[in-house]
Amino acid sequence: MTGQDAGTTNRQVWRTESAGHGIDRSQPISFGFNQFRLEGYQGDTVASALLANGVRLVGRSFKYHRPRGIFGIGSEEPNALLQIGSGARREPNTRATVQELHQDLVAGSQNHWPSLKFDLGAMVGLAGALFPAGFYYKTFIANPKRWLWYEKHIRRMAGLGEPPADTDPDDYAHANAHCDLLIAGGGPAGLAAALAAGAAGARVILADENPALGGQLLLAPQRVGGIAGHAWVEQAREQLAALPNVRLMTRTTVAGVYDHGLFTMVERCADHQSEPDPHQPRQRFWRVRARKAVFATGAIERPIAFANNDRPGVMLLSAVRGYLERFGVLAGRTAVLFANNDSVYAASRELVAAGLRIEAIVDTRPGLSEAAAAAKADGLYVLSGHGVTAARGLREVHGADVAPIDADGRTRGAAKTLPCDLIAVSGGWNPAVHLHAQSRGRMAFREDLAAFVPDANGAPYASAGAANGAYDLAACLAEGFAVGAAAANALGLDAPPPAIPAAVGDPVGAAPALWSVQAPKGARCFVDFQNDVTTKDIGLAHRENYVSVEHLKRYTTLGMGTDQGKTSNVAGLALMAAKRGEAIPAVGTTTFRPPYTPFTFNAMVGGQTGEIGHPIRRTAAHDWHVANGGVLTDAAGWSRPMYYATEGLTPQQRIDEEVLAVRNAVGVVDVSTLGKLDIQGPDAAKFLDRVYTNRFSNLKVGRGRYGVMLREDGRVYDDGVTMRLADDHFHMTTTTNHSSSVFQHLEYLLQVVWPDLRVFVTPVTEQWFAAAISGPNARALLADLAPEVDVSNAALPMMGMAEGRVAGVPARIFRLSFSGEIAYEINVDADYGLALWNGILTAGGPHGLKAYGTEAMGTLRIEKGHFTHAEADGRITMDDLGLTGMVSAAKEFIGRRSLGLPDLVAPGRKQLVGFIAAEGERIPVGAQIAALDDLDAVQDALGHTTSQAYSATLGRHIALGLMKNGRAMHGRKVFALSPVLGQRAAVEVVPPCFFDPEGGRQRG
Amino acid sequence: MLLIPCPWCGPRDETEFVYGEAAVNRPSDPNSLSNQEWTEHLYFRENPKGEHTERWFHRAGCHRWFSVRRNTVTHVISAAWPPGQEPKP
Ligand SMILES: [Zn+2]
Repeated sequence: MTGQDAGTTNRQVWRTESAGHGIDRSQPISFGFNQFRLEGYQGDTVASALLANGVRLVGRSFKYHRPRGIFGIGSEEPNALLQIGSGARREPNTRATVQELHQDLVAGSQNHWPSLKFDLGAMVGLAGALFPAGFYYKTFIANPKRWLWYEKHIRRMAGLGEPPADTDPDDYAHANAHCDLLIAGGGPAGLAAALAAGAAGARVILADENPALGGQLLLAPQRVGGIAGHAWVEQAREQLAALPNVRLMTRTTVAGVYDHGLFTMVERCADHQSEPDPHQPRQRFWRVRARKAVFATGAIERPIAFANNDRPGVMLLSAVRGYLERFGVLAGRTAVLFANNDSVYAASRELVAAGLRIEAIVDTRPGLSEAAAAAKADGLYVLSGHGVTAARGLREVHGADVAPIDADGRTRGAAKTLPCDLIAVSGGWNPAVHLHAQSRGRMAFREDLAAFVPDANGAPYASAGAANGAYDLAACLAEGFAVGAAAANALGLDAPPPAIPAAVGDPVGAAPALWSVQAPKGARCFVDFQNDVTTKDIGLAHRENYVSVEHLKRYTTLGMGTDQGKTSNVAGLALMAAKRGEAIPAVGTTTFRPPYTPFTFNAMVGGQTGEIGHPIRRTAAHDWHVANGGVLTDAAGWSRPMYYATEGLTPQQRIDEEVLAVRNAVGVVDVSTLGKLDIQGPDAAKFLDRVYTNRFSNLKVGRGRYGVMLREDGRVYDDGVTMRLADDHFHMTTTTNHSSSVFQHLEYLLQVVWPDLRVFVTPVTEQWFAAAISGPNARALLADLAPEVDVSNAALPMMGMAEGRVAGVPARIFRLSFSGEIAYEINVDADYGLALWNGILTAGGPHGLKAYGTEAMGTLRIEKGHFTHAEADGRITMDDLGLTGMVSAAKEFIGRRSLGLPDLVAPGRKQLVGFIAAEGERIPVGAQIAALDDLDAVQDALGHTTSQAYSATLGRHIALGLMKNGRAMHGRKVFALSPVLGQRAAVEVVPPCFFDPEGGRQRG
Repeated sequence: MLLIPCPWCGPRDETEFVYGEAAVNRPSDPNSLSNQEWTEHLYFRENPKGEHTERWFHRAGCHRWFSVRRNTVTHVISAAWPPGQEPKP
């Protein structure tokens, strides 16, 4: 029977009368699963509540759409992935075994269509192997185009839930912490380590992924210090909570280990609630710097593969025990227990006492252990030297085929079928070595456990307890106290001798290596449930020579699911080792990478979304730009208006208006984003001589000069105008893009290369607001704005400067021109920027003033042939730009030594040119320059365009570009082609200045 | 993520810094070098497996350049010093 058949009844038919110390039976909780309304208790996980209701079929598998149930009890769960929540809070791929139940939780199974019970994809699984191992490899690497055909089918068939469509309504936070000792895992070993180090006064963080501390002590009846294990846990918790130097963090997974003591943790603050408390985050992402760490992460029980071992009703034995002990749930009515170790006998007593009928205990080991003999004496049916060869049943387990087997799992006799609805399997344990491996610790293989354990040799952090291969409870506690005390002592603290409590746990005994039982022909034995990897797939990988574990993983996708192979990796590589005829350690393990368990992108991003994730820099006039139709763009993190939209005009018409205002009247543009560096000191002039190609030491006070900086390899790096404010004081401007890197460059030179120079460089970009007014009417406008300042050409010539009030604001006025018109750059304290801007706009009316944006500014500079980083792309020299005249031969500067290198003076370099399009033709963006007007012809590119614009001044489309031997090509008719855009234009090569080449207008 | 010991500010998170490059000193007189020697200075860098001396800039801190000796295998930083003050090994 399945829970689905039970309709909407909510009787918890599989809940026991007693047991279940982790639930509060006085607090029933109502929740939804698919179309059913069910009931559980406070303290349940979704998995325990579903099992309590007898629900076993919870999902369909990834590739074959096979029915799947709940397999484990914690974060190792490979099968029971559900969608939790609805709407914007819906989260796919949530493990039912981890998700805590809360009132009105909505859970849904995923990866099925049209319904969970009847799934069309499963027909594919039955009909044959649509996706054999290596399917992706063979199909798509050989012929990537096939993906286009397969994609929609695969996406439909092989899904893992649906992401929410809307923006997440919850907050996520980042937090940092420092501690002496970080302990990952709050089971017996972790608690012991915390008690020891905490008593010594160490600052301890103890993090556990579960809602309650205790680990394995909560999942099976054991005794510590004469009391029940879970009661001792509560005692230890109270003791630790009373210590101010110890921080206990539950629902917190240590996800990653990084360099220099950095650990990442994810705290699920509100996943156990329907929504976070007011002002609280849903999840918190922690970065912890710890001086020491202890990994007490426990061990993960491993299955033994047999035919149809993925049927709902096949579960890990420790999970079956745990559901009974912690949640008071029996995961079946009639069970076959299948194990290779003695834990099965302790489990059988607990399960029988709770009312489970045990059909047989199938022990792979020949002969009877002491515990086995005791169980037999109690009347249990013990089959030693046997294995389960197959699970019977289609949608869930109805029986188990059992046969005698040898030590390698080969059948040695006929199978008989035992009726049962539960097969609980234990193949031993694998220490959870993930964090140890992430910390670059090496692995050792222990034959007695048939498991990899941390190699303490050279390991940066200690492991303790089951994570270290110490499965016995007493050993867990002893190791925990020892590593906690050792960590404290190593930190110079004095750990008191620990009082280790007496412990009574399970006699675990040896677990011989057994990974799979020989299956009937054609049957599927699953190794990796989540990715549907079978023993046969591993054989296929071996036959096709994908024998290294890393190749095995990628070829079969073993261990590549959201569970990262927690229950399957070791089995997979053990099976490969057997195929190769080698020992397991010789085959090795794949690399363990963070995170230990998956977590949301939201947690990683935290609060860094929107403008906090991408801060926007705004100038003082920003609000004016927005209020006046400014269409904004991002320029090196600054928000700048491209143009000011006007009703009835297209963007190009509006840009044309702005350009023509500058050419015919006057325009104003916000140039606050230019980098500005204040340079002072007795050696400031000498320093500038060394960083610019031209000389600055002979610049008069009150005058400015345009300068170009090179990189040490002789390529053009940055440019701008520098004004001399005093003998020992300069105001340097850089391009907007490079303002930060130029500062870094200058500091490098001053601190590392020429520490003897007495110069201070201060970045002052944000301290100044700057507006440039340019155009034939600019001088008249400035005269109105600054009546105290003599703005005549004699007093304030090109590259001159003045100080005085502009629009009532104290200002530095630099006369320099980017547009080729008479222009003044007015710099004021940024706090007065808007006052200046408004003053200019108010005074400008009678002069025909228009504000212009970056598009018009770009058009004006292209008309004048000024280069930007589009032209000087890091490969370009001064000579390529036609600026050899600016290179001083009489002084040393950065980059000079490289100017004579053969490559920089080789003939045939690309040189800066202009292109002017034929009447009515438009030069495509990013065009190649070619001799033939043919978009399809294979032909050599003669050059390329770097910037293009429609010049309203000329009535033509124009461009700047780089062309081989470009200066010798003036007058040539060539073609600008963009095969990508399918556009072309006939163009003429011209000198890279389209307007007023003599420069008379800007000096006027 | 590295914890970088700025000689002025103490250990700080890697995100505060900008990586410079291998700590190669600029020749005091580039003109005395042949083209071969100069281009080797410009472009040729060791890529050691092990100890590596490199420069970092404390961009979101004191704006100082300094040198760091870092093991490229283990990322262990064994020393950090201001320009020109390399400690004796
Ligand atoms: Zn610093």
